[in-house]
Amino acid sequence: MSLETLQITFKEDKEMGTDNIQKKRMTGSEAVMQSLIHEGVKMIFGYPGGAIMPIYDALYDYHSQLHHILTRHEQGALHAAQGYARATGDVGVCFVTSGPGATNAITGIADAQIDSTPLVVISGQVASPLLGTDAFQETDVVGISQPITKWNYQVKNVEEIPEAIARAFYIARSGRPGPVLIDITKDAQFAELDFEYKKVEKIRSYIPVTKTDEEKVAEAAQLINLAKKPLVLVGQGVILAEAEKDLMSLLEKTGMPAAWTLLGMSAMPTDHPLNVGMLGMHGNYGPNIKTNDADLIIALGMRFDDRVTGNVQKYATNAKVIHFEIDPAEINKIIYADVPVLGDIKESLPMLVEKVAANKHEAWVEEFRACDRIEDEKIIKNELYPTKEGLTMGEVVRRVTEQFNDEAILVTDVGQHQMMASRYFKFKHSRSVVTSGGLGTMGFGLPAALGAQLGQPDRAVCVFVGDGGFQMTIQELGTIWQTKAPVKIILLNNNFLGMVRQWQEMFFDKRYASTELINPDFQMITRGYGIACEKVEKREDLDGAIKRMAETDGPFLLEVVVEKEGNVLPMVPAGAAVNEIRLE
Amino acid sequence: MKQEFTLSIYSENHVGLLNQVTTVFTRRHINIESLNTSESAIKGIHKYTVVVFATREQVDKLALQIEKKVDVIKVFVFTADEIIHQEIALYKVPTEALLNGNEIERLVRKHGARILEVTTKYTVIEKTGHQYETQELFEKLDHYGVSQFVRSGRVAVTKLDQELLNEHIKKLEDQKTLLD
Repeated sequence: MSLETLQITFKEDKEMGTDNIQKKRMTGSEAVMQSLIHEGVKMIFGYPGGAIMPIYDALYDYHSQLHHILTRHEQGALHAAQGYARATGDVGVCFVTSGPGATNAITGIADAQIDSTPLVVISGQVASPLLGTDAFQETDVVGISQPITKWNYQVKNVEEIPEAIARAFYIARSGRPGPVLIDITKDAQFAELDFEYKKVEKIRSYIPVTKTDEEKVAEAAQLINLAKKPLVLVGQGVILAEAEKDLMSLLEKTGMPAAWTLLGMSAMPTDHPLNVGMLGMHGNYGPNIKTNDADLIIALGMRFDDRVTGNVQKYATNAKVIHFEIDPAEINKIIYADVPVLGDIKESLPMLVEKVAANKHEAWVEEFRACDRIEDEKIIKNELYPTKEGLTMGEVVRRVTEQFNDEAILVTDVGQHQMMASRYFKFKHSRSVVTSGGLGTMGFGLPAALGAQLGQPDRAVCVFVGDGGFQMTIQELGTIWQTKAPVKIILLNNNFLGMVRQWQEMFFDKRYASTELINPDFQMITRGYGIACEKVEKREDLDGAIKRMAETDGPFLLEVVVEKEGNVLPMVPAGAAVNEIRLE
Repeated sequence: MKQEFTLSIYSENHVGLLNQVTTVFTRRHINIESLNTSESAIKGIHKYTVVVFATREQVDKLALQIEKKVDVIKVFVFTADEIIHQEIALYKVPTEALLNGNEIERLVRKHGARILEVTTKYTVIEKTGHQYETQELFEKLDHYGVSQFVRSGRVAVTKLDQELLNEHIKKLEDQKTLLD
């Protein structure tokens, strides 16, 4: 330090008085690192470029505290951060550069927004004098991302960096979680400030959680006590609130059956006697058909997505609806709630458990089991124990989950394999699923699995991908190889965009427009990335290969050639009522 | 049934907030009939007054989606009978028309308008009122050739005795102390 700067520091310290002696002079880029450390960040997923280089330069000095994962594409960074966030419950953090870096992040941001995943994305931006001039790699990322972020903000003044980041983390993780984008101009990254960090705990215009109205809970309890055929719908809200135990207490006290949405998967153990299966388009027969027999629906942290409700005019026609929800905009959005209970389900569920009477609904639960036997006979038996030669997706999923003792984290891409994995993978522990629900993003699986594995290094992570989606982010094999993350990749290859082909078969007279794929040699590609792999084409080779995959220490790709034209059933066709579910 | 609603949207005064608010309308295909923004009675809080034609259900859902924006403080939805509202209109007519008889001056007086500026070439007339009133004057003045006509967005205040925004902010503060 030169004499001149020493003198300046001394003078500033004196001027600021003893209270502010903690303030440290540093660049905006270093302030980003310090802010992230204050928020407890340990891992960042990203990709450098011109407008974010000062931040990466600062990161160079912080590599022991902030572990950076260099993905092969910004979309991969976003999905990996989503996988990390969903598997750990922490905020996922990304760095991307301006222009194409920022626009490549958009799909992941949109996915995180619709699936309520907490992310903080920091994008570099061109220097502030260049804003609005169509400068090299300039895009209006704040404008572009505005409708798909929970909040976003552009920092042009270096002094704003700590507060912007503090707000970002507070907003991302509080209330209904979601993605936040902070765009920082390059000159703000270079400029200096006196750094001081204060966590944000309040924003005047923002109410993350409404206080639960105890009277509403009492009304809910009363309806539950009177109901003859109540059905609980479990959404991701239960997992996000960490209210799984409270859910169990509710079910076990009241004897009510519970079904789950795609994102509510793993909130309760698969084999629990009151777990009656998956809701929705490719969900189980019982919970779909019985939705219209139920006299009471108790929705917990779910949002009545159209894939769950089918035709809303014909949904839950005999039932009153209780809706426990954190987001006021979800109440009455799709389905009218007779009793809305706003607030944090972690607070409201224990109140409900206390107020409901102990009960049993054995005959009602048995109605679901009767449906299970029909589904078993018509569909599940053929999927899990096929008599035909071709391998089915369902049998592969079931062998894999069994190999991992039903304790693995399931990650999926999007399509037929996603539905098959959701139907046939089994769970003992909550927070064991990472899948793209609302947005249905093909290419999500591989990078999300990487993030989930890095967030949960002690758990096995199995990702199911189809041959279509796999090729959308196949380059992330490079990141998996570089990080040595021991992800188990199960590629279900049918040489088709299977879900679209299924719809073409069922609704478009088998006109297979642009859905057949001529694929590369996935084994050769995987070996090229240095990752161990095997290909299975015959049933007798399946178990051995799965066992070898499980026993491999590092990453592994198991390619299974499955039946070309298998269909996911049952199915509630788009626009049909839930009780018009088709078994064939 | 679709009807006219006036939304009073209160927010922090940040860059880009108008865009945040209007995208919620765009996404739901609800056309903004009229829009005005200004600072409210409370320093630092901005007020947007938006007029839409929609069903009650649409507009209630719209309001919740707008409130979901982190920087939006509160949205109130009113029907026409719940508010006192006005719009301002300006009309530019050739001064020559004024000089040929006193019909324009008679219209100005009858409609409670006023003349803002007169030059040798043109005269600017101002009228405040409801949309049908400013429209009526336009149609009458147009016989003399209106070269420019502009009408502002609606501004509105409630007819209520209590002040909804103040009460909401007080409620927010009470709620926060409860949570603390």
